[in-house]
Amino acid sequence: MTLEGIELKKHFPVSGGFSVGGVRGWIKAVDGVSVQVAEGETLGIVGESGSGKTTLAKLFLLLERPTGGSLLFDGMESRAFGRADFARYRRSVQAVFQDPYSSLSPRMRVEQIVAEPLPSENGESRAMVRERVAEVLERVGLRRESAALYPHEFSGGQRQRIAIARALVTYPKFIILDEPVSALDVSIRAQILNLLKDLQEQLGLAYVMISHDLAAARYLATRLAVMYSGKIVETGPCDAVYTEPLHPYTQALLSAALPLHPAARRQRIILPGEVPNPMNLPAGCRFHPRCPQALPHCRTEEPEWQQVKPGRFTACHLYGAGR
Amino acid sequence: MSEPAPLLVVEDLKTHFFTRRGITKAVDGVSFTLEAGETLALVGESGSGKSVTCLSLVRMVPEPAGRIVGGRILLDGEDLLHKSTAEMRHVRGKQIAVVLQDPMTSLNPALTIGTQVGEVLRLHQGLRGAPLRARVLEALSRLRIPAAETRLRHYQHQLSGGMRQRVSSAIGMSCAPRLLIADEPTTALDVTIQAQYLEVLKEVQRSTGVAVILVTHDFGIVAANADRVAVMYAGKIVEMGSTLQVFNNPGHPYTQALLACLPDVELRRQRLVEIGGQPPDLAQLPPGCPFAPRCPKRRPVCDEAYPPSVPLGSGHAASCWVLAATEA
Repeated sequence: MTLEGIELKKHFPVSGGFSVGGVRGWIKAVDGVSVQVAEGETLGIVGESGSGKTTLAKLFLLLERPTGGSLLFDGMESRAFGRADFARYRRSVQAVFQDPYSSLSPRMRVEQIVAEPLPSENGESRAMVRERVAEVLERVGLRRESAALYPHEFSGGQRQRIAIARALVTYPKFIILDEPVSALDVSIRAQILNLLKDLQEQLGLAYVMISHDLAAARYLATRLAVMYSGKIVETGPCDAVYTEPLHPYTQALLSAALPLHPAARRQRIILPGEVPNPMNLPAGCRFHPRCPQALPHCRTEEPEWQQVKPGRFTACHLYGAGR
Repeated sequence: MSEPAPLLVVEDLKTHFFTRRGITKAVDGVSFTLEAGETLALVGESGSGKSVTCLSLVRMVPEPAGRIVGGRILLDGEDLLHKSTAEMRHVRGKQIAVVLQDPMTSLNPALTIGTQVGEVLRLHQGLRGAPLRARVLEALSRLRIPAAETRLRHYQHQLSGGMRQRVSSAIGMSCAPRLLIADEPTTALDVTIQAQYLEVLKEVQRSTGVAVILVTHDFGIVAANADRVAVMYAGKIVEMGSTLQVFNNPGHPYTQALLACLPDVELRRQRLVEIGGQPPDLAQLPPGCPFAPRCPKRRPVCDEAYPPSVPLGSGHAASCWVLAATEA
């Protein structure tokens, strides 16, 4: 089973002030992203705010319709989904969101929250549902009696466990993790990261982990995709990207992440400027105004996606064939 | 003693909150010193008392629920706790500046950047007209804000997050304070913007000799920016030392666990060490060491009384019964 995006695009229209129906421009949140996730692997998608990571996650969850490109599930196009295909997709692709304080309804008991993704018409008896809920709660390290409680009776880390239990209840193959530990206290993060790792090994899950936390992504991801301004600028096996980043943006991003030891001083690449306005993207390579290694033609020509080394892809003129 | 007194001396500071649920000891006996030009990092989880410590230093604890109930805060030998409200107003902004986490809420959306930076200089230095404008521009360019001339007329919403945080630091640094308190200054910023900001902050510190208290929960920032570290847990400093001492030789089990439980960008860890349990409820602290319920090295004595501070090296100490036992 694979989940694959081919040239995925999501452009949001920006309406022009008082002129009704007029479109002033487009925000290209995701602009031609091709990725695939295979069973049992973790694809880490890293990038800064505004890079399009979260929109990409919403595309994967069918919460947004792509304005271009296609999303393939098991080889089938999402636009061609019938009722049964949607149901199967929803069961197979689940999500865990960043903030367990807002992703769990305060008015529902844990049992209702966790059981909610289960289809109701399958004629499953209440006892079976109850048993399944208890089973997933225990799997994420909570007691089965927790089912009767409300979310406010739990701490942040425990709430995130409830959110994970809810994602697991339908026996999914893929889980989209949108910043799964960013809202948690540092001493709790390790618990959740270890839990996610264990669940992956036990259940053969595939994760798409969206994160701005490069250290957490390194811990979980097997493959890494780096996003900038709606595009993927580099992909490769996680360790290879971290030890030898190819794209100048990846190099700067990794050098800005601070190592955990005062003696580990290293070359810091401080980028000038900021992420470009998504309504008014620079021509050529989107990174060229901030790039320390920009070449003259970076300003005019968009770099092509290419394989630089086995398994290592990037879009950068520094590795251009025309050099 | 011929040595000059440190810039800031905090002794046994206690700030408690009086609520219906009981007394919450947010800061409970915190002591530290700070030299001019030095950076002290206060690290800890939410609820450990880092922010309340900072608010106490400028006497901005939300009253009437919160009150500084004991201790001394000596800035250049003068006790800030004995100053009147009017006197404190001259200390804040002039001698101690504060930069908060979210520049979105710390800047006024209805005033231009120029007005907000100028306000401090007008108030504390009585500047008007052209000299004021010149000093405002100087303050902005010291934080390397590009096109400062045009920025004067801009509002907060016209700036990016990184720029807002620089403006808010420019306001803080405009009267050349002796002490800058930066409470999670980069938590709301992206990593590459965080790198820019921390670099500019270091530069300002080198050129002005301001002392910095850097509040953070990010050990990467501590490692890269701090001279000394104070680790806080449940309202107390549980370990303090130079950055190298604390990272190379963490004494307190909490510090050890924190350093071991974090994923690192530099290497892929096989498995993270977990700290079990939750941070404690400050209104219902156990009588002994507040970390004891989560501590892997817990002993019977840990539940009976708060551990003494055990010296581990010059300027390095941690409060732990296990260390006290090996010492004896």
